[in-house]
Amino acid sequence: MAKVLMKGNEAIGAAAIKAGCHYFFGYPITPQNEIPEYMSRELPKVDGVFLQAESEVAAINMVYGAAGAGARVMTSSSSPGIALKQEGISYIAGAELPCVIVNIVRGGPGLGGIQPAQSDYYQATRGGGNGDYRHIVYAPSTLQETVDLVMESFDVAEQYRIPVMVVGDGMIGQMMEPVEFKKPKERPLAEKTWATTGTKGKRKPNIINSLFIDPQELEDHVHKLERKHEEIKKNETRFEEYNVEDADVVCVAYGTTSRIVKNAIKKCEEDGLKVGLIRPITLWPFPESAFDKITDKTKGLLAVEMSTGQMIDDVKIAIKGKKPVYFHGRTGGMVPNPTDIENEIRKIAGGEK
Amino acid sequence: MLNDNRIRIITGHYGSGKTEFAVNYAVKLNKEKENVALVDLDVVNPYFRSREKSNDLSKLGIKVIGSSIKGMGADVPAIAGEVLGPIQDESFETILDVGGDPIGARALGRYNKYFKDGKYDMLFVINANRPETQTVDKAIEYLKNIELQARAKVTGLVNNTHLLKSTTKEEILKGQKIVKEVSKKLNLPIRYVVALEDVAKELPKDIEGEIFPIKMYMREDWMY
Repeated sequence: MAKVLMKGNEAIGAAAIKAGCHYFFGYPITPQNEIPEYMSRELPKVDGVFLQAESEVAAINMVYGAAGAGARVMTSSSSPGIALKQEGISYIAGAELPCVIVNIVRGGPGLGGIQPAQSDYYQATRGGGNGDYRHIVYAPSTLQETVDLVMESFDVAEQYRIPVMVVGDGMIGQMMEPVEFKKPKERPLAEKTWATTGTKGKRKPNIINSLFIDPQELEDHVHKLERKHEEIKKNETRFEEYNVEDADVVCVAYGTTSRIVKNAIKKCEEDGLKVGLIRPITLWPFPESAFDKITDKTKGLLAVEMSTGQMIDDVKIAIKGKKPVYFHGRTGGMVPNPTDIENEIRKIAGGEK
Repeated sequence: MLNDNRIRIITGHYGSGKTEFAVNYAVKLNKEKENVALVDLDVVNPYFRSREKSNDLSKLGIKVIGSSIKGMGADVPAIAGEVLGPIQDESFETILDVGGDPIGARALGRYNKYFKDGKYDMLFVINANRPETQTVDKAIEYLKNIELQARAKVTGLVNNTHLLKSTTKEEILKGQKIVKEVSKKLNLPIRYVVALEDVAKELPKDIEGEIFPIKMYMREDWMY
């Protein structure tokens, strides 16, 4: 199929529909409005349902219902809207249902602003909902990768019966890039025998629930979820690495920030510095194994984020205290520029830090 | 470009590259004429609006008018009162960068009485690689809806078919075919064929419309 030029948000909508998602429930918020706008226009054409709910809380609970009935379903929002959805996400994770949640991140806290940010890293990877739950978090850096991951997200969600979140900063939602839609690799997807599709008098009713009255049952359930999380860590962790081995400095960045870092790295290479990059594609599970390649030659790590440094903890866990971890970031909707990053890299490489 | 009427309105499907065209147009026109004003009437997009480049453009002597609300983070459809200045004042060479789609064009309705035949040009930008304007019929439908909302007639077409930096001559010629069809059906001239400077050199000299080489001002270097 030929490439078309799309805006990130539109491309997300198109990818979802191509992946068989025919149900969307959401509530508008900048900078992701083109997703519901696209879905409202396109879903009726495939006999799907677009519904603008009265709030984000209502929207995520509609997702809960649709997922329980076995539908491929998606919701999207931006930071404060995702905060409102946290309760529902916890319920969906507790009830072991597949769904896809898109967060096009804007500056915070509170209403914050509408410009791009990565300050929902804690929210996405630690979760704002209650209980022992996790969900997969993808963080694409180009629109092609966004399209690919959104399409795959539905399969991954169904394979593990878990919510999958796709996190893009506002840039990913708003920028335009050429994309093409390719089928993701086949995954073993079992029939949804658990879905509430009507018994037709032939089986016991399926019950979708996250309430456990007996503590032992709940502990067993949580342990089952935990085993699933371990399985996901083993199979689904994803990252991109570049020149990590024997690098003077290794940068860690995700999303559009990683693209800016790549520019800074190129500049440093012109002067003979060897600078590596670890780009987490899954924020959860965090690609800890990528850090094993870092050798004694490396002077330090530089985490670059559009936040005040929410990923640093994970980087520190991954490097196991072997190397110092430095940070450079802009926040509130400001985008880091390559020159500042370059200067930070040079400081670490030159032993100034 | 010098033959265009004093008020140039740039419209099109959102994402067709109106703003990039408008900014390039302003920079070029500024080399030929005094008193160039670029008016950002985009009430649709929250990012990548021409007002983001107002510092650079002001340095060149171009007057940029954006929202009446200061700060890039406003997604409020607020248009500055001073927009009327370069529309009314005939000493200005005025470019109106309008938000995408019929919704964006609605902002034009308020200035309708100034758009008199022979005093303005309304250019409709087509990127045939945008899913919504890939066919002649779809492009015409967009154009008609925009005219309806703007309450002004399109006077010329702009072929801005591209895939950003990976645009080839072939892409542009593919778009030209569609734009030509639109041109024939609506009896509208193709005014410009837009291309990055390198690709512009490869285009056939006899192509319909003026070849309009551009730089990418709106896309940051790191986006490649």
